[in-house]
Amino acid sequence: MGPTNIFDPNYFHKVVDCQHACPAHTPVPEYIRLIAQERYTEAYMLNWDSNVFPGVLGRTCDRPCEPACRRVRTEETPVAICRLKRAAADNKGDVTPYLPHVPTEKNGKRIALVGAGPASLAVARDLLPFGYEVHLFEQDEKGGGFMRSQIPAFRLPEEVLDEEVDRILDMGVHCHFGQAIDSMKELMEQKFDAYFIGTGAPRGRDLELTGREDVNDYIHIGIDWLSSVAFGHITEIKGKVIVMGGGNTAMDCCRTSLRLGAESVKVVVRSAFEVMKASEWEKEDAMREGIPIINNRPPKEFVHENGKLKGVLFECVTPVRGEDGRLRYEPSGEPDEFIECDHVLMAIGQDNHCPWIERDLGIEFDKWDCPTLDEVTLQSTNPSIFFGGDSAFGPENIIWASAHAHRAAISIHLYCHGKDLKADRPPEGVNLLSTKMGVHEWAYDAGHDPAVRQLVPLVEHESSLNNLKVEVELGFDAQLAAQEAQRCLNCDVQTVFTDNLCIECDACVDICPMDCIACVENQPEIELRQSLMAPALNVDQDLYVSDSLQTGRVMVKDEDVCLHCGLCAERCPTNAWDMQRSVVHIPQLGSFGE
Amino acid sequence: MTFVSKPRVHHPNLPTNELGLTRRDYEGSVSTLCAGCGHDSVSAAIVQACAELSLPPHRFAKVSGIGCSSKTPSYFLNRSHGFNSVHGRMPSVATGANLANRDLMCVGVSGDGDSASIGLGQFAHVVRRRTNMLYLVDNNGTYGLTKGQFSATNDKGSTSKKGVPNLYEPIDLVSMALQLGASFVARSFSGDKAQLVPLIKAALKHKGMAFIDVISPCVAFNNHGGSTKSFEFVREHSSSVVDADLIFGQPEITADYAEGTQENIAMPDGSTLQLYKIDANYDPHDRIGAMTYVQKMQEQGQVATGLLYVDPEALECHDIMETTARPLNELTEETLCPGSEVLESINQSYR
Repeated sequence: MGPTNIFDPNYFHKVVDCQHACPAHTPVPEYIRLIAQERYTEAYMLNWDSNVFPGVLGRTCDRPCEPACRRVRTEETPVAICRLKRAAADNKGDVTPYLPHVPTEKNGKRIALVGAGPASLAVARDLLPFGYEVHLFEQDEKGGGFMRSQIPAFRLPEEVLDEEVDRILDMGVHCHFGQAIDSMKELMEQKFDAYFIGTGAPRGRDLELTGREDVNDYIHIGIDWLSSVAFGHITEIKGKVIVMGGGNTAMDCCRTSLRLGAESVKVVVRSAFEVMKASEWEKEDAMREGIPIINNRPPKEFVHENGKLKGVLFECVTPVRGEDGRLRYEPSGEPDEFIECDHVLMAIGQDNHCPWIERDLGIEFDKWDCPTLDEVTLQSTNPSIFFGGDSAFGPENIIWASAHAHRAAISIHLYCHGKDLKADRPPEGVNLLSTKMGVHEWAYDAGHDPAVRQLVPLVEHESSLNNLKVEVELGFDAQLAAQEAQRCLNCDVQTVFTDNLCIECDACVDICPMDCIACVENQPEIELRQSLMAPALNVDQDLYVSDSLQTGRVMVKDEDVCLHCGLCAERCPTNAWDMQRSVVHIPQLGSFGE
Repeated sequence: MTFVSKPRVHHPNLPTNELGLTRRDYEGSVSTLCAGCGHDSVSAAIVQACAELSLPPHRFAKVSGIGCSSKTPSYFLNRSHGFNSVHGRMPSVATGANLANRDLMCVGVSGDGDSASIGLGQFAHVVRRRTNMLYLVDNNGTYGLTKGQFSATNDKGSTSKKGVPNLYEPIDLVSMALQLGASFVARSFSGDKAQLVPLIKAALKHKGMAFIDVISPCVAFNNHGGSTKSFEFVREHSSSVVDADLIFGQPEITADYAEGTQENIAMPDGSTLQLYKIDANYDPHDRIGAMTYVQKMQEQGQVATGLLYVDPEALECHDIMETTARPLNELTEETLCPGSEVLESINQSYR
């Protein structure tokens, strides 16, 4: 196996599992260290730089970072990354001095952003420091998009959202709120230099079933209903409620119903519990509030009496795992189940829908009504028009909107300056800085904390169920945050090996608590993986292989479960191993660090 | 010296042995020796050997004298019995421990200062008594703990860190052990665990005095260009005569070795000691031949390593003295003090 090129930016980026899994590549270990040092404002700004909405995401993120956390592989439970992010947001001081400078003299380029959701807002934030004149068009009276209309206030308080939305609007966005764009052609007549479409996936799916047409008044599309609640058009729901669907919208619908006075709420899901789309913790939150989740029940018929909904008839099925590992559902043989109800909230998915974009503008759409885009540049088939967020590739989480926005902002910048969107894109990079401070001192807390994951305190049950606006999670206080921060393994402090310093004394091999290191004859990767004391079976994680050493052997390190404890460097007599902090540069415009 | 404590957590795929223990369960506390010290590799080799043999860690008696080497029993088998004794007196303590409780596996770790200088007499006598133990010397040719003076095993002409040559003839502990009657004699190198670990396993299973001289470079004082005990010198000038491997169950046929160069020796516990002769003319059962060979190699500036001599049939101290088969602490008052009638009959036998 050939030697590893550690100067490939992706190599050490991959080792920082959380950052690599994050669509926006937030430097997680770095901000957790800042939290440990009680430097909450800096921790917040590091987040703001890459994901734009730390306060919102610290409460609502889908957390792709957490299942990726190395701690899952070493001790099962990941670091509570998302809650630490919120702790930074809750405890921060004045961020004004850290905000990027927005020039008063503009660069003469005018950009239109359609939809004031996270994607458009993040594009605005990236473009404004470069002198762009940014116009934001939104049908609602306030910015925030689905962060405002679909995430209930007991999960995301309005003031948290307002703060982060206003921070961007206050940078000098020309807001056109309350103005629905119903023709792209008309908008293009205003001759903007580029257009960014961030209108989300606004159409909630409906279900064509027997009786559906007769009970219109009792059936509500989940995301529309949540939006009406958010804007105060709906303030109560009476009687028994069935929520259909197994995603996060379903969880928000059922918990909101409970707070609006429903007599009883049940979630009924077509599929099995373990394959539900909702995040694990959102299911737990709903169940903790006493909401039953009934699985393996595909709906059959809406039962009504003269147009008054009586309930829903469900088929009973059993999941069977096929040879391909996927679940299939077979009739269980039980009789159909009738569940009584007065209202049904339909939360079975949402689709892209852009009826206001004329199809003769050179923008191609596929059969799912998604635009044809370049995945890297997010440019549509009309070169001046870019897409991002849910409107680009279908429904995703807020963190994806931030990630798309950074890419689209770079593309718009290059496009407006007549450059090539691919060849002229700034490359990713990596910097390595030794953390060696003295003979046995490192510029990070190398010790391993075996503590288990801290639980987040919750508000008292009664008071939250009676008020839609009482936030359920209280978040970590400074002390809990400090304790949880200690669990981070500092995966961005890399074990860097210099082969010509090594005397092959085996000290690193002997001390490594995880048996990650071996000094062996070079072999093809598949055999090399077996040559370690604990075989490196996780092929998703790389082997770090040195060049030939003096005896012709190579130093091999399995990145899989390394604790980044620094003992290899500590026991190395020649500093052949060093602990170096890797800083991965993810290209983006308007970075406050630039 | 390391201040960071070693995390308790271990690799989820780390193999467990027959006792359900991992290699980590055979470790001791974190070493306070210099970073890169060869002795730490020897400790790690002992850990690996004991783990692979599935030996119960609490059934060991580990003993040592004074010196860097003699600190190392703290760094392996922290669940076992241990005695860090007086300088050069490890053999006496080991002999006492082994006579009192023959069921404990006895491991003595000593250094070139501890065994070849102040404890040379003790070394000689424990070897000639053939005490059933593993006697392991971490041999670095220098007094590391007192800042790098030549020790008695330092080769003539080998220099200090500052370039001053050693003027005296070296003591070769391997030759002495062969001459004094050790029934298992080997030499190895801390930087070659592939050779060292099987040798330690074989020595632990050997009945009688098993002596291993491990060249273990001192990174602080004796790992420089003029040294004959540096990583580089040993790697360039050593050659193995006989590789050993201890296996359980049916001995495997290894095609890599020419006919007649592989030999299987049945060990008392049913395992098999396999010998692979790298040098086909070398006979590991010929004591005098071994002595000659080692001396010849030394004269040529070479280091002979591997299993140099083994006599699986040799008697050990308990056999020679015809002691009781049970550890002394298991003997009841009745056995130890059988009464005046028995005493009377013994006295009668002398009349």
